[in-house]
Amino acid sequence: MLECPTTTPPALAERAEGEKFHAASHLRRLEAESIHILRETAAEFRRPVMLYSIGKDSSVLLHLAMKAFHPGKPPFPLLHVDTTWKFREMIAFRDRRARELGVDLIVHTNNDGLSQGIDPFTHGSARYTDVMKTQALRQALDLHGFDAAIGGARRDEEKSRAKERIFSHRSAAHRWDPKNQRPELWSLYNTMLAPGESMRVFPLSNWTELDVWDYILLEDIPIVPLYLAASRPVVERDGALIMVDDERMPLLAGEQPRWRSVRFRTLGCYPLSGATVSTAATLPEIVREMMASRTSERQGRMIDRDSPASMERKKAEGYF
Amino acid sequence: MSYHEAPTIAASDAPRLDQDDRPTLRFVTCGSVDDGKSTLVGRLLYDSKTLLDDQLDALASESRTVGTTGGDLDFALLVDGLQAEREQGITIDVAYRFFATKLRRFIVADTPGHAQYTRNMATGASNADLAVVLVDARKGVITQTRRHSHILSLLGIHHVVLAVNKMDLIGFDGDRFASITAEYLTMAGQLGISQVQCIPVVAPGGDNIVAASTRMPWYTGPTVTAYLESVDVSGDVSQRPFRLPVQWVNRPNAEFRGFCGRIASGTIAAGDSIAVRPSGRQTRIARILTPGGERDRAAAGESVTLTLTDEIDVSRGDVLTAGPAPQVSDQLAAHLVWFDDEAMVAGRRYLLKCGTASTGAVITTLEHRIAIDTMAHEDAATLDANQIGYAHLSLDRPLVFEAYRDNRDMGSFILVDPISHRTAAAGMIDLSLRRATDIHWQRLAVDKSVRARLKQQRPCVLWFTGLSGAGKSTIADLVDRRLAELGRHAALLDGDNLRHGINRDLGFSNADRAENVRRTAEIAALFVDAGMIALVALISPFRNERELARQRVQAGEFIEIHVATPLAECERRDPKGLYRKARSGALPAFTGIDHPYEAPQAPEITIDSSELSTDAACERIIRYLRDNHYL
Repeated sequence: MLECPTTTPPALAERAEGEKFHAASHLRRLEAESIHILRETAAEFRRPVMLYSIGKDSSVLLHLAMKAFHPGKPPFPLLHVDTTWKFREMIAFRDRRARELGVDLIVHTNNDGLSQGIDPFTHGSARYTDVMKTQALRQALDLHGFDAAIGGARRDEEKSRAKERIFSHRSAAHRWDPKNQRPELWSLYNTMLAPGESMRVFPLSNWTELDVWDYILLEDIPIVPLYLAASRPVVERDGALIMVDDERMPLLAGEQPRWRSVRFRTLGCYPLSGATVSTAATLPEIVREMMASRTSERQGRMIDRDSPASMERKKAEGYF
Repeated sequence: MSYHEAPTIAASDAPRLDQDDRPTLRFVTCGSVDDGKSTLVGRLLYDSKTLLDDQLDALASESRTVGTTGGDLDFALLVDGLQAEREQGITIDVAYRFFATKLRRFIVADTPGHAQYTRNMATGASNADLAVVLVDARKGVITQTRRHSHILSLLGIHHVVLAVNKMDLIGFDGDRFASITAEYLTMAGQLGISQVQCIPVVAPGGDNIVAASTRMPWYTGPTVTAYLESVDVSGDVSQRPFRLPVQWVNRPNAEFRGFCGRIASGTIAAGDSIAVRPSGRQTRIARILTPGGERDRAAAGESVTLTLTDEIDVSRGDVLTAGPAPQVSDQLAAHLVWFDDEAMVAGRRYLLKCGTASTGAVITTLEHRIAIDTMAHEDAATLDANQIGYAHLSLDRPLVFEAYRDNRDMGSFILVDPISHRTAAAGMIDLSLRRATDIHWQRLAVDKSVRARLKQQRPCVLWFTGLSGAGKSTIADLVDRRLAELGRHAALLDGDNLRHGINRDLGFSNADRAENVRRTAEIAALFVDAGMIALVALISPFRNERELARQRVQAGEFIEIHVATPLAECERRDPKGLYRKARSGALPAFTGIDHPYEAPQAPEITIDSSELSTDAACERIIRYLRDNHYL
């Protein structure tokens, strides 16, 4: 097994106070809108749930939910769909945050897929994503009878997301019908559902990636240390840098993990998350790096590239 | 190197501290199909350097494969994000895109031009501060330009950029530009759109988008970007009276009771006196909790949690107010933009959502419909999808609101179809038709349960629905007699008989049929209030209307009986000779022949009188009433 170097979580609190900038009114407007959406969801649905993917957007979403219902706790549990291929640091972070905040955390894994031995290396990212993420999510929603699932998707992420409503209707088969979305005017959300139907709710719809980072910086929100540069063992494969997070990753002929200073712009399953060569080890450095960046965050994601319009298709099938 | 290498950060890269408080302008693009809306938005994104390398690579490759520009960059592909849109080269739904310049951040909603997707255009426009209306210079102002502009004016958008696109295709003709703008300005004036900036552009070429065009030296006004960066659209709702629609009551423990919501208008400070509407109870603000911690003050737009000095009843849908009282009424007049493919029906009940309040609502009258091309008010009984009108509504409960022009959050509503759950319409409240204080609901000491005990029965509605000739009246009549024999108190409301009396003014149009059902449901509900069993025998062909009749009484008080005799058998019986007339064409819109009958999906009882005798059907119903403790 590979030895991981100790990645010291950045001393966020020690950041110079002067770096706290005043994006206040713009970020506060986004914050107020998101909190309004979260409260509408709590008020209008019988059994809502918050999808918690452990990423930066989920960290912001959870932070907003804590604020929306303060001094109480969010009136819905968190759901993590665990493919068993997440970075180990993500799982540790997830369990620690749920404990610290005292929120309910449901972890669901598609055991059918697990027993069939579905993995991202041998079955390809498309099949793997369908079984271990999309189907797993649908299983979990059905199992617990959730009628609204809150997610951290943003409209700036991808072109089909830019088209989606904040309250996005799903049929009883969890399908999204992009050609027939409900009109969504002002801040009035049509939350009516027939039996079996459900709603996906996206409180961060109007945030950009930069807004998310600015807000994390402004509010001191804990994030998985993988977002910050550190020396990590990676191999270059299909044009991407893949971190060798555990011994399950089969190395191809000639592949030799190299220790490089890398970080991740998006987090998911480690075999499908491309790393970025970077020395940005603090949040302000990340934000500055982002400003200068010439590629989008999804560039490091393997699953969006399987086929053209692949995100729209996956969404129609029930992917988040 | 194919993977992404992060750029080196130069020490001289200034942090964005000076830019962080740039205001956000939300705008919408609209106009007809192929006027170039998506291309304009794509061009704005491109020129603002918002696009990143991998996105530009994808655009170049997609432009070659599915583009409509002969291999040049097809900017529309940047916003037409759905597969069906790219395949057809059209926009189906609104896309939200984000970009920023040194002076401002922008959220642009790029909306479809097809009339059939007007609801999506309205979705994009509802939150906009400004609209960019595109016209094709070759076509000028057309119906869809008028329709969209009308909706913009109803939505209260007073700032419009008229972008006259495709100037290259008319040889950059300044006279033509002048005549198009003159026509548009006349219309805008009639619509009350006060601020219009007209700009000649070539969207794909970028002329007058960011950089001034060298091909139209006669135009000396601002470019689209320069105008968007400088226009003042501020309308400060924090200057208006304090209004907070209560979203959520936060009760984590016995000590804390907070009322959560986003402040719709005005400001509030700890210690201020407020009133809870509609109850009118007075109290004071104790604490103001904001996302940034406890504060002394909060203003419009903030999501807060307020605690009050008194323990008074406040729940979701109530509005906390200070200053002049808002309107409270169950009768109002509003502009409607109809969305649903199912036409508006006067008398049918919809679910109305306004702020955080929800109530049943009936459109009592359609005062007029707008003829888009002439803007004339025309008489009409109904609104089809994408039509605009002015209607009176009657609500189940008094609503706290303000006129839309004064307060968007307090004056906007949607109507939801209670059966299909589709968003049927958007409404903008114009005025209250009477004050709720004019109505005095008598609180009667002798209520339904007292009366029901006297009669030793649980009151309910037995609603017989089915085709003409199915046997509804025959069975209902026998059930009525049987109940009398059992010493129970029932009343039979027969559709045909009602049409001789209370419903004699009604014909057989859709609206009249709906009203017929509504009145019958109301009468049945009054009988239930009086502790009686009401038997209704009415074709009542529409699921929606039966559902509203069901909602008129309490849960468990409505028993739907589907007399499901097959059409062939009904037609064979033809007791009143109606089928014969309908088949000969003498009786148009006859249910089952050339007018639909929507069978119940989950009736409490189903009876096929071709298989069951009237006696047996009657016994089955009596047994149901006994088994379920109505008798």
